[in-house]
Amino acid sequence: MKKYSPFNYVILPWLTAAAMLTALAMVFLYVPNERVQGAAQRIFYIHLPSAWMAFLGFFIVAGASAAFLWQGKRSADLLAQAAAEVGMVFCTLVLLTGPIWARPIWGVWWTWDPRLTMTLVLWLIYAAYVLLRVFAGDTETVARYAAVLGIIGVIDIPILYIAIRLWRGIHPKVEQMAPEMAWTLLVCTGAFVCLFTWLLWLRLQSLHLRNDIIGLRKHILVSL
Amino acid sequence: MWYLFAAFSIVWIVIFLYVLSVSRRQRELAREVETLRQTTQKEPASPSS
Repeated sequence: MKKYSPFNYVILPWLTAAAMLTALAMVFLYVPNERVQGAAQRIFYIHLPSAWMAFLGFFIVAGASAAFLWQGKRSADLLAQAAAEVGMVFCTLVLLTGPIWARPIWGVWWTWDPRLTMTLVLWLIYAAYVLLRVFAGDTETVARYAAVLGIIGVIDIPILYIAIRLWRGIHPKVEQMAPEMAWTLLVCTGAFVCLFTWLLWLRLQSLHLRNDIIGLRKHILVSL
Repeated sequence: MWYLFAAFSIVWIVIFLYVLSVSRRQRELAREVETLRQTTQKEPASPSS
């Protein structure tokens, strides 16, 4: 059994809630409207941090998967599994908030812009990873296949970043912003980092519990 | 402004549903661990041991 940690059980959830509410207040009450896009541009303050958290999740998947393949540690595999699921949640938020922002600005919900397309590809790769973990069983072979997929999938992220330069898409780039906008983005990113950490920890806890169950079942079977 | 509210509502709903699903799964697993622990603790008293 894991030791009780007041940081994870009490401080982190409250810190996350406080940070999310502060971010919400800043987006609605503090930051000014962008001159051209108006209020719809404020979606940016949740859209961009969501994308960063999705990338962070998938980088953790790749790193933990590499550690699992290298050292065979079960804890690394569990971390990869948890990070993939949390990364998927944030990638889903990117794909949901993006079209809501695009509709008033571009006039369409979706366009096959290189960056949008590569984000969808990224989502599909890690959806395949999560489905593999859920439906293919909990064997060493499945864990190894998933680890390879988790490492290969992350290659999509640098491609996604250079997609605008390579294929000249219409997706906006962040170049300069007013101090109020920069502060709001910073607070929103901080809130999303807290949220990401908390969700990752929550998911990791349940995966460790499932691991304990597998161990206990084996113990019972052996002792019968 | 409608789009802004829609985007924020969706984000909060998705996060809320995910937290709810993870904590539900966690509760079920914790209950199962407890049941299995009790089973293993009863073992020494069984006739086969």
